[in-house]
Amino acid sequence: MVKINGEERPVQGQTVADYLEKTGYCRTRVAVEKNGEILPKAEYDSTVLEDGDVIEVVSFVGGG
Amino acid sequence: MIPTKDDMYKALEERHGKELQKKFASAAVAVCGLGGLGSHIAFALARAGIGRLILIDFDRVDISNLNRQQYKADQIGRNKTEALKENLKEAAPYVEIKTYCEKLTEKNIPQLLNEADIICEAFDDPEYKALLTDMVLSLMKEKYLVSASGMAGLGSGNAICTRKVTEHFYLCGDGVSEVSEEMGLFSARVMLCAAHQAQTVLRLLAGEHDA
Repeated sequence: MVKINGEERPVQGQTVADYLEKTGYCRTRVAVEKNGEILPKAEYDSTVLEDGDVIEVVSFVGGG
Repeated sequence: MIPTKDDMYKALEERHGKELQKKFASAAVAVCGLGGLGSHIAFALARAGIGRLILIDFDRVDISNLNRQQYKADQIGRNKTEALKENLKEAAPYVEIKTYCEKLTEKNIPQLLNEADIICEAFDDPEYKALLTDMVLSLMKEKYLVSASGMAGLGSGNAICTRKVTEHFYLCGDGVSEVSEEMGLFSARVMLCAAHQAQTVLRLLAGEHDA
């Protein structure tokens, strides 16, 4: 299981890019934290989610 | 008559305490984007006596900005960096202000933000918000980033809050209220979010690391 934004999800084996796309996140509008460190956008495609990972997806909305 | 630098500094010391004022005065804070968030963040920090502000925006003052940004009607058409610097100097004449009238890109982010201890993300475009967050947190790990998401509309002001996402990343706003044709930006709610960002900066400088 992978903990994403506080919830356990059975998504191990998927890449971060896959997970974001399947759940409807726009990858250009998010920042992803993996196990306490920011995951650079260039690594979304190559990073495979593993059992026990803790992921935080921060989604930005417009306005400022 | 404008008070002297010493008088201004003493007045700040009396209000904030000597030790804290020393921390504020020796800090450098970057504000990226000088719209509703950035112009208010800059005012709060300048008034608090932050030593050096680095102000970054490529845009000019527009009539559509005046409902919520710290510019004046006679500044329409001017670069925001210069107009804001002028306005800040009226309130805090001795704050050191560095301006960059350019767009932040993957290439210039490390160079322009290098001297800042804390960086405030105050853009309106969500893709730039995400880009800056990504760049700062992956390339400049020693910096603190205070970002914002969700402050449009007239939802309750109590929904605006600060969240500590990682050790060096704080996020202010309600997280969901996106600007759109139906939901505009209102000065008071944008100021609430800007105040959360400025407050987070001051707390970090004071050594308070909780959200």
